[in-house]
Amino acid sequence: MNQWKNFTKGFFKDNPVFVMLLGMCPTLGVTSSAVNGLGMGLATTFVLVMSNIVVALVKDFIPDKVRIPAFIVIIASFVTIVEMVMQAYIPALFEALGLFIPLIVVNCLVLGRAEAFASKNALGSSIVDGLGMGLGFSMALTMLGAIRELLGSGKIFGISLFAESYGMLIFVLAPGAFIALGYLTAFINKVRKA
Amino acid sequence: MTYFIIIISAIFVNNIVLSQFLGICPFLGVSKKISTGIGMTGAVTFVMVIATIVTYFIQELILEQFNITFLQTISFILVIAALVQLVEIVLKKVSPPLYQALGVFLPLITTNCAILGVAIMTVSRDYNLVEAVIFSGSSALGFGLALVTFAGIREQLDLVNIPKGMQGAPIALVVAGLLAMAFMGFAGMV
Repeated sequence: MNQWKNFTKGFFKDNPVFVMLLGMCPTLGVTSSAVNGLGMGLATTFVLVMSNIVVALVKDFIPDKVRIPAFIVIIASFVTIVEMVMQAYIPALFEALGLFIPLIVVNCLVLGRAEAFASKNALGSSIVDGLGMGLGFSMALTMLGAIRELLGSGKIFGISLFAESYGMLIFVLAPGAFIALGYLTAFINKVRKA
Repeated sequence: MTYFIIIISAIFVNNIVLSQFLGICPFLGVSKKISTGIGMTGAVTFVMVIATIVTYFIQELILEQFNITFLQTISFILVIAALVQLVEIVLKKVSPPLYQALGVFLPLITTNCAILGVAIMTVSRDYNLVEAVIFSGSSALGFGLALVTFAGIREQLDLVNIPKGMQGAPIALVVAGLLAMAFMGFAGMV
């Protein structure tokens, strides 16, 4: 597989959110605005790329039986780093994402890529895979966040497009997350097959 | 009275799946049949209560004593992963029928974010041990209520003629949205 295909598969062909349905909790939980979605996506991308790098490097030394706990420790270390850095430098985003930052550890996407890709492939392609999947995840979260923010409060990235009183508040609340993601998934699948 | 508020709040008002968005993967993954939904609920309840008790003591006796609370994420997830393995081994030995019923769901639970989420929430809300047990138990019941209701709807959904593009995940998500909307009716109760 050439590297370009390896990179772009995360965006449409194997998009983690729309196609593989991985990492649904943060996808639904933090996308009440586009900025939150983007922040969560980039934090996950960082963890994904770093854990793919480490897993690809140490895969030959880890006995097969304990590989899953070992991967979880590697992932948890990088999540802790992200947590501390975000708390120090972007406290507003840290507050907004809240519980979902430590929960990157149990994002099936991160463990899934470590297990399915990085533990079987070389360092170079593991980095590309992590980057592609992470950015595909960020793209999905930003799209969903932008749609919910626009429908809910008439803004995109905080820029007002129409008066807030025309917004449908339900899209910022919990039910809107499910409904918006449902229709967005249907739309993306249609585009993907066409 | 506080206990009662914790129970009602965890099951209905702040339902862990439909308003906190935790445990969505099993919620979408094992909700095709009511019977598997009930099995999953049993396994989650079991692990969630034990995990919350164990992580509560780790937080109180180790992390805070030695001032290393920044290791919370790593230590909690490791303990939960080990605990799931332990529960599996013990169940297999002690109660084979229970293992038969819950066994297949146990490995899935390590990556169920509801378990870690409830453990972290318990700590961040400063619950004492009794409150922690009640909170985790009723969160698990809330998870079960949402899961079983959703599974019931999805069983009916198989018989319905759905437009091609909406089949599978999209319609499931929209149904979950409607269910969440119904649960919003509980808002403001406590």
